[in-house]
Amino acid sequence: MQWESWSAFWQMGGAAPFVWGSYGITALLVVGELIMVMRRRKDALRRLLRLRRAKAGGSGGRRAFEEIVE
Amino acid sequence: MMKEMKRPERGKSLFRFAAPQLFYPLAGALAPWFAAAAAALTIIGLWLAFFVAPTDAQQGEVYRVIFIHVPAAWMSMFVYLIMAFWSAVGLVMNTRLSFMMARALAPTGAMFCVVALVTGALWGKPTWGAYWVWDARLTSQLLLLFLYFGFMALTEAIEDPRRADKAGAIIALVGAVNVPIIYFSVKWWNTLHQGASVSLTKAPSMAATMLAGMLVMALASWAYTIAVTLWRVRPLILERERHAEWVAAELDALEGKV
Repeated sequence: MQWESWSAFWQMGGAAPFVWGSYGITALLVVGELIMVMRRRKDALRRLLRLRRAKAGGSGGRRAFEEIVE
Repeated sequence: MMKEMKRPERGKSLFRFAAPQLFYPLAGALAPWFAAAAAALTIIGLWLAFFVAPTDAQQGEVYRVIFIHVPAAWMSMFVYLIMAFWSAVGLVMNTRLSFMMARALAPTGAMFCVVALVTGALWGKPTWGAYWVWDARLTSQLLLLFLYFGFMALTEAIEDPRRADKAGAIIALVGAVNVPIIYFSVKWWNTLHQGASVSLTKAPSMAATMLAGMLVMALASWAYTIAVTLWRVRPLILERERHAEWVAAELDALEGKV
């Protein structure tokens, strides 16, 4: 074990802002990317399902279809 | 005759997964495994990074940034090369899925590029006294980020997907020249940035546990990249193949679930 105590661990020999800042920002970016990927998936699927319903549906469908295509 | 030639033996070859219809479920099945591997490797890597690797004799504790900085920098370069590879395959073989893979990779590559730059800045301040210097390594790495942004902006901006694919592929291929420049910049020019941490030809210049921590984190980054790319490419496949019958069947199954 490298550390005399937990507080020594968190202080990182005085480099805490740089070390924890690096790890913190990386964690945020990774979590952010995962959220974006999931959201993007949902949006794409919803759009495709709407598009399909619009195509299948009669007269009202045409306008909805054009709206989505834009 | 012609017909037979056009349909090579696809039955058992791995190349059959170049068909979006077959790749879509494969990607869905594989992604969770790679995500689980990424999580497990990250835990092991962080444990090595913080509890096994010793304090650095010169830098003290601040060097522990290395365990994300170096794997992220490696990934940012690898991912770009893989993007260029898929772009080349797409241009030569005219396979739609290759271009979709290139597009699905770009945001993750850009993310790692940002991680490398930001952690580098946070490491540079206490060791060099500056967050940023315009040396060859840092400048070429920044250019890599702009290449990623350029690729994403261009492929998003062009409406016609085939033209967008081609334009993106050209950026990916031309920009790939920058990757060896980044990698060898510390050799070719006098940079403030230190030389390569790991070399295949020289004995490792760091403690074995430090090296192990870095390599495990690099593997974690690989697994993460594969998982996220597979997750990202799946809806892309459905969008691009939306006129195909199998997509209609897929959407039927999804109705009411999203």
